[in-house]
Amino acid sequence: MRKLYHQIDNISGSVVTLRAEGVKNRELAEIDSRVGTSLAQVIKLAGDEVTLQVFAGARGVATDAQVRFLGHPMQVPFGDELLGRVFTGSAKPRDNGPELTMNPTDIGTPSVNPAKRIIPRHMVRTGIPMIDVFNTLVESQKLPIFARAGEPYNELLARIALQAEVDVIILGGMGLKHDDYLAFRDKLDASGALSRTVMFVHTAADPVVECMLVPDVSLAVAEQFALKGKRVLVLLTDMTSFADAMKEIAITMEQIPSNRGYPGDLYSQLAARYEKAVDFEGAGSITILAVTTMPGDDVTHPVPDNTGYITEGQFYLRNGRIEPFGSLSRLKQQVNKDTREDHRTIMDAMIKLYAQYKDAAEKQSMGFRMSEWDKKLLRYGARFEEKMMDLSVNIPLEQALDLGWQILAECFEPMETGIPTKMSDKFWPKK
Amino acid sequence: MDKTIGKVTGVNGNMITVAFTGAVAQNEVGYACIPGKDRPLRLMSEIVRIRDGVADMQVFEDTRDLQVGDALEFSGDMLAAELGPGLLGRVYDGLLNPLPELAEQCGFFLQRGTYLPSLDRTTKWAFTPVAKPGDRLTAGETVGTVPEGVHTHRIMIPFAWRGVYTVKSVAPAGEYTVEDTVATVTDAKGQEHEVKLMQRWPVKLPITCYAERLRPTETLSTGIRSVDTFFPVAVGGTYCIPGPFGAGKTVIQHQTSQYADVDIVIVAACGERAGEVVETLREFPELIDPKTGRTLMDRTVIICNTSSMPVAAREASVYTAVTLAGYYRQMGLNVLLLADSTSRWAQALREMSGRLEEIPGDEAFPAYLESVIAGFYERAGRVRLKDGSIGSVTIGGTVSPAGGNFDEPVTQATLKVVGAFHGLSRARSDARRYPAIDPLDSWSKYPSVIEQPRVEALRDLLRKGADVEQMMKVVGEEGTAMDDFMAFLKKELIDAVYLQQNAFNEVDACCPVARQREAFDVLEKIVSERYAYADKAEARRAFLQLQQAFIDWNNTPADSPDYATRREAVLNFVAEAPHA
Repeated sequence: MRKLYHQIDNISGSVVTLRAEGVKNRELAEIDSRVGTSLAQVIKLAGDEVTLQVFAGARGVATDAQVRFLGHPMQVPFGDELLGRVFTGSAKPRDNGPELTMNPTDIGTPSVNPAKRIIPRHMVRTGIPMIDVFNTLVESQKLPIFARAGEPYNELLARIALQAEVDVIILGGMGLKHDDYLAFRDKLDASGALSRTVMFVHTAADPVVECMLVPDVSLAVAEQFALKGKRVLVLLTDMTSFADAMKEIAITMEQIPSNRGYPGDLYSQLAARYEKAVDFEGAGSITILAVTTMPGDDVTHPVPDNTGYITEGQFYLRNGRIEPFGSLSRLKQQVNKDTREDHRTIMDAMIKLYAQYKDAAEKQSMGFRMSEWDKKLLRYGARFEEKMMDLSVNIPLEQALDLGWQILAECFEPMETGIPTKMSDKFWPKK
Repeated sequence: MDKTIGKVTGVNGNMITVAFTGAVAQNEVGYACIPGKDRPLRLMSEIVRIRDGVADMQVFEDTRDLQVGDALEFSGDMLAAELGPGLLGRVYDGLLNPLPELAEQCGFFLQRGTYLPSLDRTTKWAFTPVAKPGDRLTAGETVGTVPEGVHTHRIMIPFAWRGVYTVKSVAPAGEYTVEDTVATVTDAKGQEHEVKLMQRWPVKLPITCYAERLRPTETLSTGIRSVDTFFPVAVGGTYCIPGPFGAGKTVIQHQTSQYADVDIVIVAACGERAGEVVETLREFPELIDPKTGRTLMDRTVIICNTSSMPVAAREASVYTAVTLAGYYRQMGLNVLLLADSTSRWAQALREMSGRLEEIPGDEAFPAYLESVIAGFYERAGRVRLKDGSIGSVTIGGTVSPAGGNFDEPVTQATLKVVGAFHGLSRARSDARRYPAIDPLDSWSKYPSVIEQPRVEALRDLLRKGADVEQMMKVVGEEGTAMDDFMAFLKKELIDAVYLQQNAFNEVDACCPVARQREAFDVLEKIVSERYAYADKAEARRAFLQLQQAFIDWNNTPADSPDYATRREAVLNFVAEAPHA
C-alpha cells in the first residue's frame, strides 16, 4: 500500500508542490480532490519537496487533496484495440468506448541509435500532385506544414490521412477547436479510414498539460506499431499549440525565457519529438507530418524557425495551395529517381516555367507590354494552378505526370520547355 | 584514499544536486545510481558548480526514476577521452561510446547507463619502438609507433604527465593491445611509470604538448572555388558558416569533409538531424579518397550527438571532437574538425545555465558564452611539435542563427574569434545559387590561392554589378546605360561559372587548386575586356552562351580529351566578341 499525502504547500497554474518521500523523478501521482481525480507527473525534486504537474490543471485542487504516488512514469496502453478509438492527451477514452489498460508502454522513450538508421528509400503516395510530383513525401521523413491560422491545413491533413498508403495513422490534435476535432472524426469515419486510425485529441478547452502529452503518447503508440512492422503516419496539429503549452508551463515554473517567452530548450523539446521519425531496418517506419501555424505569417517566429532546423524540409500552405517555391522535401532525391523516368524532368521543367510565369505575371501587373512568350507563360500558369496546384486535385502520381505533359503540350512547343530532347521525344503527347 | 560518496538531494530536468562527504573537483565525473534488481543503473554526470558544500551536476542521460537519497559514486577524474590507435573510421556518441557496438548490445534504441570502451581492447597493433633506454622525454614525445591506416600513429608520453621522464625500457617490436605496456619510464624522483598504447585526457582542457604555435599562413584547399579563392581557410585556422535553415550549411560541410586537403577529418554532428549523419555514415565507407586510395571513412571519425540525444552530452561532444583533433595533431598530421552546429552546442549551454538559475545574458544565453566559444575555437592552430614536425587543427563550425538573423549572440561571439566568415544568404539559396556563400558580406583574413589584388579586382566587379542590379530594379533595363548593363552581365557570369558550384556533379563538386587557378585566369581575361554589343538583348544572349560553355568546361574531367577543346571554346568568346 502506497502512502497517501494530504498537504499541498503551493499551487500555481497547473503546478503544485508538496512534501513527500521516496518519490522518483517523472513518476505519476493521482490527485483526488473535490473537483475529481487527475493524474499528475513529478517534474522536480528538491530535498523532500516534490513538484507535480497536474494533467487536468490545478483549478479547484484543495490544499488537503489526497495525493497518491503510483510508482511508474506516464504510460499509454498499446494494442490493436486502440485502432478506431479516440483518446485524450492523458490516454483516457474520449469516445464512449471502454478504458484500455493492456500492455502499458512508457512514453518519451530513448532515441534511436543513429548507427541503426538507414537511408530512407520508400515513397509515401498521397494522391496530391503538389506533394507526390514536386515534393515527394518519403517514409521516415519529418515534415511540417507551415501555414497561417485560417489556412485549410486540417482539411489537408484529413485528406492525407484518407489517401496515404500506410498501415496505421496516428492523429495527435493539440489545441484543436472542438468543431475541427468532430470534422476530423466524421471525415475519417465516413471514408472507413477510422478503423486504421488512433486519435489523441486535446481540444482548446482541455487542460494545457494534456496538450504537452499529445505528441509523446502519439509517438509512443506509433513506435510500438512500427516495431511490429507497420508503416505508421503520425499527423500532428498544431505544434505551435504544443510549444505554447510548454511556454505556459515554463513561465509558471519561473524558468528564464529565451526568445519571445519560449523556454531555452524549445529546440531540444521539438527535436526529441520529430526525431522519432525513423525507418527501422527489418520492421516498420514512422513518418511525421506536423502542422505548425506561423503567428503573424512570420517564418522567423521561434516555433517555425526551430522546426525548420529540425525537419527534413517543409510545406508552405498559402492561399489554400501548397506553395511550390519555399516548400521543400529534402528526401525527395532518394525516391524520385525510381518512380518513373520522367518524374524529375517534369518536376524541374514545370517549376522552372512556373517561376517564369510569376515574373511574367508581375510584369503584367505593372502594366508592361506582354510578349508572345509572356502570353504563353500566363496561359501555362493559369492551367498549372487550376489543374495541379488546387488541393482538390486527387490523382495518382503516374496520372499526375501525364497531366503535366498534357499541360505543357497545351501551352508550349517541346523545345521551349528546356526538356532534354530524349525525354520529350518519348513523352510529349502526340496530337 | 577513501572514495568520496555523495547523495542526490534534488532533481530538476537533467540537473541534479548532490551532497557529499570528502573532496570533489569542479568538472569531476560521477555516476548517479538508480537501484535496480541485480545492479544499479549508473548514469554518468559531471559537476558543473559547487555551492555551499553542495554539488550541482549535469547528468548525461535521462533522469527518469532518479530519487532523492540515491547514491552518487564519484570517479575522481574529469570527463576524459580514451586516446590511442583505433579511433579512425569509427562512429561515437558525444561521450565517445562507439555507436555500432552499442547497437549490437542494445538494439534499435540508445539505452541509458550503458557505457562501452572507446577503443577495442582485443585488437593488436604492430608496435615499433623509437625511444631507447636512457632517453629523456617529456609529455607528447614519441616512445614508439604503430601503423593506423595510412598514418603512423605515435605512441607518446601521456600528455597529462608533468616533468621529464627517463626511459628505462621499451618493449621490442611486436603486437600489442591498447592496454599493454610498451615502455617503462622513471620520473625525476625515481618512481616508475608505464606507458601503454592508450592514454586518457580530460576533454575540456586543450592539449598543449608542443614546442610553439605558428601563424596559419597556408591555404587549406577545400575544393570549393568560392571558399578557396574568395574566402579562404588556412591550415590551422578557424572559420564559421552561419545561415538560415535550408541555405545549405550541411551540404557545404559534407562537401568539405569529402574533398578538403587534410589527413584526418573529425565530423562533430552536434544536435543536428540524425538522418544527415546516416548519409555520411553509409556513404563514406563506399567513397574512395583519391589521395590514399582507401575509403574516406578511413580518415574520418564521426562524433554524433544528434538533436534527440541528451543535451548535456551534446555540450561534451564538441570538446570530445576537438580533443581527438588535438591528439592526431600531436602526430604531425593536419586535422580538420567540422562542427555542425555550434548553435546547438550554445543552446545546450543555455539550457544548463537556465537550470542553474544563473543570471542570463542576451537571449538568455549565459554571460560566459563568448569566452566559451572563444576557448573552443582557440583550440585550433598550427603547431611545431617537440620533434620539429608540424601539425594542425582547423576548425569549421556552422552556426544556425534564430530566424537567419546574424545579429544574435552566438553568431556575433563566433565572428569575433574566427579567421573567416562564410555567411550564407537566404536570397542566394532561394535563387538556387549554391553554395549560398554571400560574395559581398563574407570575409576572410587568410591568404587565397590567387594573388590578393586579382581577387579584389573581381570582388569590385561583383560589387559594381550588384549595385547596377539594384538600380535596374527601379529604372528597368531600358533606363540602364550599356556600360552599367555590361557590369551587371559580368557579375552574373562570375557568379554563375565561378561562385556557383554543383555539389552533386561528380566533376564540379571538387575543384582542385590548379584548376581554380586556370579557371580564374580565363575568367579574369574575359571580364577585364570591354565589349561593344549592338544592344542589350544581344549582349545577354552572348553572355548566356558563354556561361553555358564555361559550365560545360567546369563539368569536364581534367583528364578528359574534351577538356582542352572546351577551354578553347570559352577563350574563343573573347576573340569573337565585338570589342570597344
